[in-house]
Amino acid sequence: MDFFNLQPAEWQALVLTLKVAAAALLVALPLAVLVAFLLARTRFAGHGIVNALVHLPLVLPPVVTGYVLLLAFGRKGFAGAFLENTLGISFAFNWTGAALAAGVMAFPLMVRPIRISFEAVDPKLEEAARSLGAHRLIAFVTVTLPLALPGILGGAILGFAKAMGEFGATITFVSNIPGETRTLALALYTATQTPSGDLAAFRLTLIAVVVAFAALIASEVLARRLRARVGGGHA
Amino acid sequence: MLEVDITGRIGQLDLEACFRSSGGVTSLFGQSGAGKTTLTNMIAGLIRPRSGRISVNGTTLFDADRGIDLPVRARHVGHVFQDARLFPHLSVKANLTYARWAGRRRGTRDMGEVTDLLGLGGLLDRMPRTLSGGEKQRVAIGRALLSDPRLLIMDEPLANLDQGRRNDILPYLDRLCGEAGIPILYVSHSIEEVARLSNTLVILSEGRTPAFGPVADMLARTDLGRATGRHEAGALLEGTVAGFDPEWGLTDVDIGGAVLQIPDWVAGVGEAVRLRIRARDVALAVKPPEGLSIRNAFAATISSISSETGPYAEILCSVSGQTLRARITRASVFDLGLHTGKTVTVLIKSVAIDRRQRVPAPVFSPAG
Repeated sequence: MDFFNLQPAEWQALVLTLKVAAAALLVALPLAVLVAFLLARTRFAGHGIVNALVHLPLVLPPVVTGYVLLLAFGRKGFAGAFLENTLGISFAFNWTGAALAAGVMAFPLMVRPIRISFEAVDPKLEEAARSLGAHRLIAFVTVTLPLALPGILGGAILGFAKAMGEFGATITFVSNIPGETRTLALALYTATQTPSGDLAAFRLTLIAVVVAFAALIASEVLARRLRARVGGGHA
Repeated sequence: MLEVDITGRIGQLDLEACFRSSGGVTSLFGQSGAGKTTLTNMIAGLIRPRSGRISVNGTTLFDADRGIDLPVRARHVGHVFQDARLFPHLSVKANLTYARWAGRRRGTRDMGEVTDLLGLGGLLDRMPRTLSGGEKQRVAIGRALLSDPRLLIMDEPLANLDQGRRNDILPYLDRLCGEAGIPILYVSHSIEEVARLSNTLVILSEGRTPAFGPVADMLARTDLGRATGRHEAGALLEGTVAGFDPEWGLTDVDIGGAVLQIPDWVAGVGEAVRLRIRARDVALAVKPPEGLSIRNAFAATISSISSETGPYAEILCSVSGQTLRARITRASVFDLGLHTGKTVTVLIKSVAIDRRQRVPAPVFSPAG
């Protein structure tokens, strides 16, 4: 049963992929919740521009997004140089760069369902919370956020899946370095480019399918539980 | 003590409201679109008035001249919304205690006392979606009461309920209005609810407050027909239960100087009741008639006759200090030779005083 024995390089790719996707999710999700809330509940100057910016990675070719990231966050990029000098964080050709690329690409996919679920929560409930003495922020955390949770969960799952499968922007931004930036998708691509890589490619495909399937089932179960608590219907 | 004197503009509506109330239950009465919800939202702090002042029991909530505009959470105004607005993800108990755990209000009111008052004991572990409309409103009222409010606003709490549910919740409102111990602003477009529950009546019409005052005086005014609704016009009589005749199923109510007989058992002997008697159910006779099925016939003095155009005349009669309102035809006024100061016999059919118009008068003593 050699077939089911994962090679060390494949294990590495799987673990790296989970690490990259988790990091991307951890940083991008709170930001996505904030942006989704602002887009859903407030009207400010530049509302349309922010909306377009958020969705840009969805419509741009991923290679373009990766190249823009390289220009901005590469060693010589203005943001990259600044971050390296002040905070000592580098995104150039390492796994954090892969996480950044994955997070940027996943961002619009997270914002959309979260925004829709915020829009479905009646803002008058927050008025009621405030009339009961709650500060705006407390009202948001105790009323709107829990009611939008199914949508946030949906956004998180979608974002995680996208982050795991990100290819174009990642390979353009941080290249294809084994153990550092070679995630499942990149490893699969590499295997297909290798004459004897058919079996490896097939195993990687299977891993990707199993992980994606598990994530979808987990999200479905969680969402059902949340909905049962909130009471069906919207959000 | 509630004092409001504000102006503001919301959409097409120019609001210019000014009224004072000495406490107890103040009803804000007006037709749909008169600006009732806008006005209550301004008092609650959800909408900012353009100018003016709002104060409750000596605490200023808003004063444009002095730059005071307390945020919603600092106003301590309990708000019962028309649509209840219970938090759907929280149990009834968590909804009731929301002000304590999320609003850091330390209520003086005991949780058990409120659940008893509103009959919520069996609902505490339920989720809002499993409640009926009337139960939702009772929870919403309890939630507001437990937020330690200085004023309780009830914005048409019965408007979204069918008649059956209304009858379920009205007894709770009666008790609440009697026992709450805080001023209540009750918003309604139903003259029956207003007459039943309130001490002071504020009339709101097209964004203005043309009149306010004690509810009996306001209902007796014939110049407010347009705002109070002509068809339902009537007067309030306060009285005490003098006795009950189980054989015929009639209750005697002493209104001071006269005893009215009304159907069914109303309240215990000696208890205060309030009767709303519609003007169109009252007839007048120049001398005591005989051989009549009408059981309520007593002497009263005509205090005013408003002659309008059209076939009707509105007559106010005084019975030992209380005012009764009668609508008869102008032709009858002429035929009977009625004039101010004349003593007449008032006739009211017992059956015209229906169940929903007889309730205990709110227990309330004006404080200053």
